[in-house]
Amino acid sequence: MTSPVLRADFSKKFSGGPVIRADVLEISGAGVTVLFGPSGSGKTTILRCLAGLETPDEGTISFAGKTWFQKSGKRKAESGNDFILPPKNRGVGFVPQDYALFPHLTVAGNIAYGLHGRSAMETKSRVAEMLRWLDLAGLNSRLPHELSGGQQQRVALARAVAREPKLLLLDEPLAALDTPTRQRLRGELRKLLRQLAIPTVVVTHDRLEALSLGDDLVVLDEGRIVQRGPVQAVFSRPANLTVAGIVAVETIQPGRVLELKDGLATLLVGRAQLTAVAGDLPAGATDVFVCIRAEDVILTKEDAAHASPRNRLAAVVRAIANEGPLTRIELDCGFPLTAVLTRQACAEMALQENDTLLALVKAPQIHLVPRGG
Amino acid sequence: MTGNDWQLVGFSARMAVSSTLLILPFGVALAWLLARRDWPGKTFVETFVSLPLVLPPVVTGLVLLELFGKRGPLGHWLHAQLGLDVVFTWKAVVLALGVMALPLLVRAARTAIEEVNPALEQIARTLGASEWRVFYTVTLPLARRGIFAGVLLAFARALGEFGATIMVAGNIPGRTTTLPVAIYSDVQAGDDAHAWTLAGISTVIAFLALWLGEKLSRRRQ
Repeated sequence: MTSPVLRADFSKKFSGGPVIRADVLEISGAGVTVLFGPSGSGKTTILRCLAGLETPDEGTISFAGKTWFQKSGKRKAESGNDFILPPKNRGVGFVPQDYALFPHLTVAGNIAYGLHGRSAMETKSRVAEMLRWLDLAGLNSRLPHELSGGQQQRVALARAVAREPKLLLLDEPLAALDTPTRQRLRGELRKLLRQLAIPTVVVTHDRLEALSLGDDLVVLDEGRIVQRGPVQAVFSRPANLTVAGIVAVETIQPGRVLELKDGLATLLVGRAQLTAVAGDLPAGATDVFVCIRAEDVILTKEDAAHASPRNRLAAVVRAIANEGPLTRIELDCGFPLTAVLTRQACAEMALQENDTLLALVKAPQIHLVPRGG
Repeated sequence: MTGNDWQLVGFSARMAVSSTLLILPFGVALAWLLARRDWPGKTFVETFVSLPLVLPPVVTGLVLLELFGKRGPLGHWLHAQLGLDVVFTWKAVVLALGVMALPLLVRAARTAIEEVNPALEQIARTLGASEWRVFYTVTLPLARRGIFAGVLLAFARALGEFGATIMVAGNIPGRTTTLPVAIYSDVQAGDDAHAWTLAGISTVIAFLALWLGEKLSRRRQ
């Protein structure tokens, strides 16, 4: 494991709110880390502290071996070591939720803002490069209010990226957009972030966004980090019920689209075939994440050939875990699948490990997240 | 209108413009400090600067006369160090008009700066801008209409100032007499017709300044 490029360990309290703790947030390499959690969980605060726009009460932030922030909240005597690097010297690219484009500057003026101090030639060519890269050609002399939401989002990204930041911070990058645009741009944004290959932190409360953009996932709840790990792992194996409740989807498996027909997609997942509603899956998408919530999985021991769900999967029980009133059942049906039952239901079915049974899932309850490129 | 009248109008306008330009940098800087920074004594300074709005203008004039008179602390220093005499000269006119107009400029500029979305200033900082660059590339351009409206208001106020001016600059025709002071003199001397002419000119200039200011602040919304 490489040493982390970003290491943050700090806390901040707002009056009336919970204490926000980035209780050792570490990012290594050039991937996309998603800070995920419900609103009020403190993810935006953490992002703003990283950018230097908020000052933590105490803790440290360091990036690439350089201290960005250091403050001990304990004793006054130690305050001689306190250090805050102002945002202008951090070299981050920050894209806030509402994009905050300068309303009095054109698209080109916005993108060039961070290039202050470079030669006019260099600025011009860099702006042109950004316009080309983000498909904004021809819009360079427009003002922000003359742009669509999706275009504004791209200009904000271009402005942040133009000065070649060492760390990119995106706050709910797609939340300000209407639903169709959001769905379209999700895949596009992932592609752009992949091309950039700089360490990136994305804040979101949208699990589809987390899934399609993130490599690593950090789940936050009430100001604390409750779980972290590769995005698929965290979604498929929530550490506890709190996390399960937040991520709200237990099974996430890579799948391949075999056929798209009449709005339905036939998929190969592990050794099993599934039918799902294609929804907004773009034509030509082949690689997807298949998401199934545990409570959407129906278990039955009887032959259910007459049952309505499209997907009837022969399954073997691998593990049974009690979690309060609920029992979580890990199944193997050609791919790992998680189901959740009440304890009572589990007792009535007399489920044991290695039992065979049928897992039923309705086609509309399988969510597909494109995962190309 | 006689040649003297034109001289009077020109002098008054020059004094009002000079005093407004004089307080502009200071007033905008103070407005920024009030809108964007927290510092000890902020409320006191804010109240102090606004005092001329509610004090009788002659009181403000009296204070200035004491401060800038030959024996006053500031007047004495200016005379000894720079050989500068202020009271009962055109400089006293500019001083009185500036002090009286400052609160209007500061209030308008402060509101205009407060209306600038701080998120825009923050973004500019993340893009490597110094505080000074943030101010003149983001805050100032976005607040400029409001500030300009404040400038016009201050100018109109300066043009109509009477009480403080007569205390600290007196009424020396051709040297310190401004439009309002001349109107007062005319009425004292029984020349009502001339007073009305000057009053009409004052009204037209004030109306134009306010109308322009109103128009500009409207367009912002």
